[in-house]
Amino acid sequence: MTPLISPSTSNRAAKVMLWVSASISILTLLFILGYIVVQGLSVLTLSFLLESPRLSGAEGGILPAIVGTFCLMLVTLLSAVPIGIGAAIYLAEYAHEGAVTRIISFGVECLAGIPSIVIGLFGYAFLAIYLGFGFSILSGGLALMFMILPWIVRVSEESLKAVPGGLREASFALGATKWQTVSRVVLPTAIPGITTGVILGIGKAIGETAVIMFTAGSSLLMPTSLFDPVRALPYHLYILASEGISDKMAYGSSVVLLVMVLVINLAAVAIQRHYGRHHVRN
Amino acid sequence: MSEIEIESRNLDLWYGSAQALKAITMAMPEKKVTAIIGPSGCGKSTFIRCINRMNDLVKDCRITGELLFEGTNIYGNSVDAVELRKKIGMVFQKPNPFPMSIYDNVAYGPRVHGLRNREELDRIVEESLKASALWNEVGDILDRSAIDLSGGQQQRLCIARTLAVKPKVILFDEPCSALDPISTAKIEDLINTLKHDYTIVIVTHNMQQAARVSDHTAFFLLGELVEFGKTKQIFELPEKKSTEDYTTGRFG
Repeated sequence: MTPLISPSTSNRAAKVMLWVSASISILTLLFILGYIVVQGLSVLTLSFLLESPRLSGAEGGILPAIVGTFCLMLVTLLSAVPIGIGAAIYLAEYAHEGAVTRIISFGVECLAGIPSIVIGLFGYAFLAIYLGFGFSILSGGLALMFMILPWIVRVSEESLKAVPGGLREASFALGATKWQTVSRVVLPTAIPGITTGVILGIGKAIGETAVIMFTAGSSLLMPTSLFDPVRALPYHLYILASEGISDKMAYGSSVVLLVMVLVINLAAVAIQRHYGRHHVRN
Repeated sequence: MSEIEIESRNLDLWYGSAQALKAITMAMPEKKVTAIIGPSGCGKSTFIRCINRMNDLVKDCRITGELLFEGTNIYGNSVDAVELRKKIGMVFQKPNPFPMSIYDNVAYGPRVHGLRNREELDRIVEESLKASALWNEVGDILDRSAIDLSGGQQQRLCIARTLAVKPKVILFDEPCSALDPISTAKIEDLINTLKHDYTIVIVTHNMQQAARVSDHTAFFLLGELVEFGKTKQIFELPEKKSTEDYTTGRFG
């Protein structure tokens, strides 16, 4: 039986279709980036980065939003990293594979699946109202921690599990305890992978809007303490655009946000490259 | 005849419901090399891993019988496996240096056991690397990553790391199976030197190696100890037919 389409034709057709798919993916990315940069370029000046906004952001700069974003990331980082790595160490090294680990892992997966707006609402009810943190850096940072915690637990656990078992055996055979083995051999070996995961987690958090609009507030003033409200960059551009304050300023803020995310991702790649060389063979 | 350092009495071991060792009874003398030979899956590695209680780390592993070290049953209630492993070191099949500097690898054991004094550590690192015949090659690159060393150097580093803890016994679990012939010869020379100070038990699938380095040889088959005796006798005048078949290469 002769096939309807000859193998060489289907081969060529497949190649063309795959090429088209790849091109669409790349072009979409380039188009979005190009469009935003072109739109935002006219407002991008040094004073845009270093000045406070005037007239609700229609004029002036975005410095308080940049500072606010950094403050939020700091709180998120300082809370998510120790808790996330601690949980990952427990899951990967201490807990026996069984019902308990499955329940914890399932819980972590579920947490990862909660829509960010719901986490925002919970952050508002629990952190801002119940714990009395109000609209503040603390509430916003902790709510973002809830959001990226599952991610950090998952990557850290995988990095720990990727450490060759031979290293653990070697450490035990030298008379080291479990904790000495974990803290001196396993964790340092897994750190490059964990760091990359944490940085990418921060990259997710930095662009998050729904979580912080209910928790961090929308103040355009410079924060002076953890309990001050701030307006993070993504929320700032959301307000600029949705309330028709200034599209130009919104695009300008977008460019700044994109550059921040790009820098974060490049840092992750650089760390992976750097440690890739030293990585354990076998 | 020197004194008995390690003695196994009716040692049985199960992984879940599968019995991997059956009534192993043998005595390993002090400051001698005891080789354990046998085909893959005969339980030789399982047995050696009983001696420093590495099998504790294996889930569903159950042991009965006695294993005496310096007269004490190491599976007794009062024995702390962590303390035991300071006295009974182990070198593994695949070189497994830590991904840190050469110096830190060797200093790992002493540091874990609380030594902080830098001069003392320097001295132990130098001594251990000299004793493992590696000092001439790495003495001036101690800060270099251990991962950059060759396979044979890595294995000698692992030996140095074990020596740094000052054990009485060193267990070698097929230490040369991942190495080339020249590196293998170096490790064998080293074992011949080390036996003056340490009791050595070596698992090997290489019969020539057993014949070259050991004083006593045990032949394991299907979880049982078939024959144990002076190496010369095991290789030249074995009592059991299966021992002769194995050492002459008729199976295994």
